[in-house]
Amino acid sequence: MIEVKEDWCKGCNICIERCPVNALEESDKLNKRGVRPPRLKKVNECNNCRLCELVCPDFAITVIPEKKKKDDKKTLLRSPVGGI
Amino acid sequence: MVEIKTAEKLNKKYLREGMWPTIFCNGCGHGVVLEYTFWALEELGWDMDNVVFASGIGCSSRLPGYINADGLHTTHGRSIAFATGIKAANPDLNLIVFTGDGDCSGIGGNHFIHAARRNIDMTVIMINNFIYGMTGGQLAPTAPLGSIATTAPYGNIEPPFDICNLAKALGANYVARWTVSHPYQPIKSVKDALQKKGFSLVEFLSPCPTAYGRRNKLGDIKKLWKWYDDNAILIEDYERIMNYGSEKEKEEIKNMFPIGVFQDIDKPGFFEAYENLVNRVMSKDSKPPIKIKPKAVVRK
Amino acid sequence: MRYKRNPERIRNVLGNKVQFILGDMACVYGGILAGCSFFAGYPITPASEVAEGAARLYPRIGGTYIQMEDEIGSIAAVIGASWGGAKSMTATSGPGFSLMMENYGFAVMTETPCVIVNVQRTGPSTGQPTLGAQGDMMQCRWGTHGDLQAIALAPSTVQECMDFTIEAFNLAEKYRNPVCVMTDGEIGHLRERIVIPDEKDLKLTSRVPATIDKKKFIPFTESQTRKSKVPDFPTFGTGYHTYVTGLTHNEKGFPATDKQKDHEKLVKRIIEKITDDAEKLIMIEELKLDDADIAFITYGASARPAETAMEMAREKGKKVGLLRLKIVWPFPEKIIAKLAKQVDRIVVPEMNLGQIYHPINEAANGNCEVVSAPKIGGEMHLPHELLPYLGVK
Repeated sequence: MIEVKEDWCKGCNICIERCPVNALEESDKLNKRGVRPPRLKKVNECNNCRLCELVCPDFAITVIPEKKKKDDKKTLLRSPVGGI
Repeated sequence: MVEIKTAEKLNKKYLREGMWPTIFCNGCGHGVVLEYTFWALEELGWDMDNVVFASGIGCSSRLPGYINADGLHTTHGRSIAFATGIKAANPDLNLIVFTGDGDCSGIGGNHFIHAARRNIDMTVIMINNFIYGMTGGQLAPTAPLGSIATTAPYGNIEPPFDICNLAKALGANYVARWTVSHPYQPIKSVKDALQKKGFSLVEFLSPCPTAYGRRNKLGDIKKLWKWYDDNAILIEDYERIMNYGSEKEKEEIKNMFPIGVFQDIDKPGFFEAYENLVNRVMSKDSKPPIKIKPKAVVRK
Repeated sequence: MRYKRNPERIRNVLGNKVQFILGDMACVYGGILAGCSFFAGYPITPASEVAEGAARLYPRIGGTYIQMEDEIGSIAAVIGASWGGAKSMTATSGPGFSLMMENYGFAVMTETPCVIVNVQRTGPSTGQPTLGAQGDMMQCRWGTHGDLQAIALAPSTVQECMDFTIEAFNLAEKYRNPVCVMTDGEIGHLRERIVIPDEKDLKLTSRVPATIDKKKFIPFTESQTRKSKVPDFPTFGTGYHTYVTGLTHNEKGFPATDKQKDHEKLVKRIIEKITDDAEKLIMIEELKLDDADIAFITYGASARPAETAMEMAREKGKKVGLLRLKIVWPFPEKIIAKLAKQVDRIVVPEMNLGQIYHPINEAANGNCEVVSAPKIGGEMHLPHELLPYLGVK
């Protein structure tokens, strides 16, 4: 589950490029700057790796882990230092 | 277990209200460096009242304006000298200097050399985009051979400046260089640099799509970021190939940028040594004061 | 070490109450008495002795001395130390002063208190390093780019080197502006008798620290706690999270480079905070002006031969007086204008080709004749050389 601050996004698309499981795509609507912020694809394999959140130059995207999934034990929320 | 924060929470704590969104172009790596610094500060848990940011002039030097802490935005190239003064007046403050490639290695080269030599306690985060971005794209001292800029329209013929090797030769306590595309190593590196006593340098190779990328035919943002990924090589691999590799391998990596931690030593910082000096001098003075009789004779 | 001014330790370190010392050293004494705890310098003749004296004395009082890599680094470190909470000063001469101009303007724009001692020497360029001159008087007023108001003092004796340095700190702290103490190579390298003032006779001013609620504090506007155009000072490390920049900024300190009104308001406030107090910033010495027909108006080292020439002329029957400017900038036009109406001629001896002559001429406004008595080349005027200007053979 991602949350995008649409007016802060500058449309560089780095999050879309860097996502290791290609879970993001450009949305249809335009924000105030005239660019398309990202959104999760309808069918996606987002594993909460948070690479999009760490690499966004504008702090515009946040990853909020969903709590009620069965695979929670496998995908741990990583700390930015050193990884797991 | 470290408490996981989200970018949202980091926003509220560290960003100055009313200054966001940034002036940086889209695809610029400066915002990412700011992020990494915030994550590192969050890991360390420092009190932001005791952290002071100093910067010179340029795109990189706009970063302190966005941070909710004391900031000094100084003249071009002199931020390191200003930071020396701040630290001297109040050694309890933690200093972080944001500077750019032209600001640090061009006009500010002399101040950088002496601060590194003296091992002044500060962390210099130099954001290297190979160009003078803020003023429109002039040639920078760190630009690779053959690159195009507005003041080098026929290609750069000057060999580039390698600031990490200079800092290593001067004996700085911590020297590292990273690209901005992969988050984990830079964040840990900035954290190590901040905790280190003495002079620490972290150089970031940051993409500049508007000035550097556009003029050097590195295409759009996606292609430019990928160029940085393809042309960065870990320092250990670089040295191994240069020492033991075949000619073909050496030819391939000759023009790549070595990244990684170049030096990580522990020498005493300047102000520690100065305090010892003061204690030594004052202990000589600490004998009880002798009443001095006035010796002047007033003539009538 | 955070510095705490300790009067007893200062007395111990400075030594006897009456001493016979160098003018440069007197500037160091003045700084220490005023509570200065940071000195950054670079060797330059004839100001090297200030740095040497500071290197010897500052560790003994608990202050910090750093020899920076050049004069630009020196003034930068001084400004940084001021924001860190310390009173700070540097000392240089002509070529170094020229290098410092950019950061001098930065100190004006960011309203940072600091003291620069300029032991002037002949110029332009390398000139005569060991000989004195007064050729930087206009530079300290207009040397940096842009509009600003400078404060500069000109000592004539070694005792004044010390006293004026203390006064320079008081003015710098009160008005949050850099202040120049314009000595010269002659006074700087002169040894004379000084009397160190007692602690109870010292009047020291310090910057007013910001104390109000952090959410309400506005850093770059008129003071919120008292009636003054000088804002309260939010030292780094006290939690005010101030953004200090040399760019044109609005009241909160954020860059406002595309706003005409913000720039005008800022620069005018920075100038007016000093010019509004122009009456209080007059420090002069008047000698025998009551019945004078001819007056010397001078400052600094040139005042010494001028005084002797005045006595010589008086013996020959000419009514000559002397007006000595102790604070040269802000310039006391009203005093000069009044004097111009009283006398027939004003003579301005200077160790340059006529610099303060011009504002004097302007202030006199044609009411009397204003004559410049220049001398360059590193030698002071000899009193008999000034007599022809007075019409005395």
